[in-house]
Amino acid sequence: MKLKSLVIAGVSALALSAVVAAPASAKTFKFAFQGDAQSLDPHSLNETFTLGMLGNVYEPLIAYDKNMKKVPGLATKWEAVSPTKWKFSLRKGVKFHNGNPFTADDVIFTWERMGSEGSDQKARAGLIKSITKVDDFTIIVETPVPNPTVLNEMTVMYVMDKEWAMKNGAMKSSSPKDAGRDGSYATTNANGTGPFMVQSRQPDVKTVMVRYKDHWNKNLETNIDRVEFTPIKQAATRVAALLSGQIDLVYPVPVQDWNRLNSAPGVKALAGPEARTIFLGMDQMRDELLHSSVKGKNPFKDVRVRKAFAHAIDLNAIKKAIMRGAATPAGMMWAPQIQGFNAKTNTPYKYDPAMSKKLLAEAGYGDGFTVTMDCPNNRYVNDEKICQAVASMMAKVGVKIDLLAQPKSKYFAKVLAQGGYDTSFYLLGWTPGSMDVYNVLNSLIVCQNKEKKAGAYNLGGYCNKRIDELTVIIASETDVAVRQKAIDEVAKILQDEVGYLPLHQQPLSWGVRDGVKAAQRADNVLDYRFVVMP
Amino acid sequence: MRDFARRFFASDIWWSYKSSPLVVVASIITAIIIFSSVFATYVAPYNPFDLTQFDLMDSLKPPVWMADGTSKFLLGTDDQGRDVLSTILYGSRVSLLVGFFSVIFAMIIGIVVGLVAGYSGGWVDAVLMRVADVQLSFPAILIALLVDGVARGLLPKNSHDELAVYVLIVAIALSFWVQYARTVRSSTMVERTKEYVQAAQVIGLPQPLILFRHILPNVMGPVLVIATIQLALAVITEATLSFLGVGVPPTSPSLGTLIRVGNDYLFSGEWWITVFPGVALVILVLAVNILGDWLRDALNPKLR
Repeated sequence: MKLKSLVIAGVSALALSAVVAAPASAKTFKFAFQGDAQSLDPHSLNETFTLGMLGNVYEPLIAYDKNMKKVPGLATKWEAVSPTKWKFSLRKGVKFHNGNPFTADDVIFTWERMGSEGSDQKARAGLIKSITKVDDFTIIVETPVPNPTVLNEMTVMYVMDKEWAMKNGAMKSSSPKDAGRDGSYATTNANGTGPFMVQSRQPDVKTVMVRYKDHWNKNLETNIDRVEFTPIKQAATRVAALLSGQIDLVYPVPVQDWNRLNSAPGVKALAGPEARTIFLGMDQMRDELLHSSVKGKNPFKDVRVRKAFAHAIDLNAIKKAIMRGAATPAGMMWAPQIQGFNAKTNTPYKYDPAMSKKLLAEAGYGDGFTVTMDCPNNRYVNDEKICQAVASMMAKVGVKIDLLAQPKSKYFAKVLAQGGYDTSFYLLGWTPGSMDVYNVLNSLIVCQNKEKKAGAYNLGGYCNKRIDELTVIIASETDVAVRQKAIDEVAKILQDEVGYLPLHQQPLSWGVRDGVKAAQRADNVLDYRFVVMP
Repeated sequence: MRDFARRFFASDIWWSYKSSPLVVVASIITAIIIFSSVFATYVAPYNPFDLTQFDLMDSLKPPVWMADGTSKFLLGTDDQGRDVLSTILYGSRVSLLVGFFSVIFAMIIGIVVGLVAGYSGGWVDAVLMRVADVQLSFPAILIALLVDGVARGLLPKNSHDELAVYVLIVAIALSFWVQYARTVRSSTMVERTKEYVQAAQVIGLPQPLILFRHILPNVMGPVLVIATIQLALAVITEATLSFLGVGVPPTSPSLGTLIRVGNDYLFSGEWWITVFPGVALVILVLAVNILGDWLRDALNPKLR
């Protein structure tokens, strides 16, 4: 009896595994990242991973290919009809995942939604003055000033179905803070035109996407039918999952594990330069820091204190000890890959703790002070370790750092505009989506200006009127030499005033199973369109 | 005093202690660990909690007997350049501190609940014990996580670092009190029918006095045994919470934090960051456990 039931159990288990195995022969691509997308709403958070993942579900008018060249997306062609006007011809016959047709109304709606309260794409929406519908498949996009980079910015303007949004009460974008609470329908549901559809999603656990069979582009490089994405926070666990063959691709891989991956059979490390600059920011707008022992004044308003910080941080030690040599110490807020970069302005501050102490004493902080530092612990390569190292370096010149290292969901909700810029000292990374310096300036460097939707990521409120003037020139100047001169002047002011403390450009660090092909883009986006399974 | 010493060395407990070499070794190890972590400030070569005392350029140095090791760092350094040996000593101090205080706190809650429930009986007993049953059905670590999460939500963000240790103590204590309550209750139910309790009731002593002056000393034996074993469990729970990243802040690591940090380096060859704290944790917990087991046997007349 017992034996019999065992046999039955065995047979049924076999049968079951056969049933389960059958659909698995369709190509399933499994990958892991260190965190999850914060929302399915493509306008609610301007963050590389979230936008990158949603770029497979939603589509822009103009897309990037794997070499970050602009290629037609939902627009088939575009042309400048005047310095501030672009005419777009939209792709015909495109259907959203729910079957609704894609038309010019959806594009206009998307632009309006991006500018809505709660949207994190307000700065991008602000680059466009108006969108006029000529007919269902032709639109005119007008920019307030001649703008050489607006097309680049449009690569992350993901088009949403107006009808669907109206039906589900998702007309406005909602911030990631509201996701899961009374956030809009779109934070937990998605309906784009992209080659993949969200099949199921448990935030922070698993997201499954399946191929959208009616996608307009039948010539996509990819051969995968299904994507399983699992966030794995622990780096060691992530690498172990790759080594054991459970996962086809993981990123980021800790830089210290490259040797291990390359010596293990069946897997390899994919490395490349990333255009992301990691930097520290300081609250320079408030009269008193929110989180500090100094009361009644703000030490970061004093340029000597900012200089002292700059000279106290040993970028080469961070590069050598934490990044295993795989980082490029930076003196400027934009990377060599960015249009507008000039090596002459990229000299890092000199590491000189003695000068740092002297500057602090001059500024009246000879006995040091305490400040809380906000740091993500699952966003950038070795982010928490960098913050710990900074804390230890600052301690040596007398500044005590209370480190508040949190997962990125909590971190971003605290320090970004939606959290009221609740920070005194923070670590952030930035890759300009447009790959042009103007994006860096307009997001991080210019004075905060809500109406102009500028400086939205200038969390510390650094502000210099001359930089604002120069940024206006850079925005619309088409003469490269004149534009570069303005950029260099910005760089000079920024460095003299120590508006920010740039640390380094981090490396791209992925791990893949042998035979899996993926395009490693300089913006660290994994586009499923270029994933090919063996 | 001399009299006490003579009585102690003549007692069964001493005899059973010295006749078991394992227990002697365990007690010596426990004593060494407790001593060196209490006096870590003097014993440890560096102070790993002082951010000015270590240098990033010293990071990831292997232990002294390996090729690149230096005698400056006997057990190597971690990713921030902290001496692993010093960090273990300071880390086990945090672990033991949390362990001791959470056990004492849990003991106090458990004893009070147990005495009241066992002595009163009736609906008071029923209510208290059902609460205990419900809590027993959850793993302790879940309750500790819950308490920790709630505390973090309620407390202002800036005070997290300073209060982290206290939050841990309360969280672990609240998940461990049931054992004591259960034990004390059953012993109390036996004791309350005895003549001395009845005598105390007859002469009109107030109830709290009867509970704490007369019954408590007679139910303490098993409580002490549980406390020893719970100490080991509390240290492990603390290590688990810190490993999960909800324990003490990264700048003042406990054993669990150390193991978590080192975990990132397991694949890259820097095994010493996680292995030494791990071994230290195993030895500490094992030694305390052996002592607890021995104490249980020694105090139990039926096993002799």
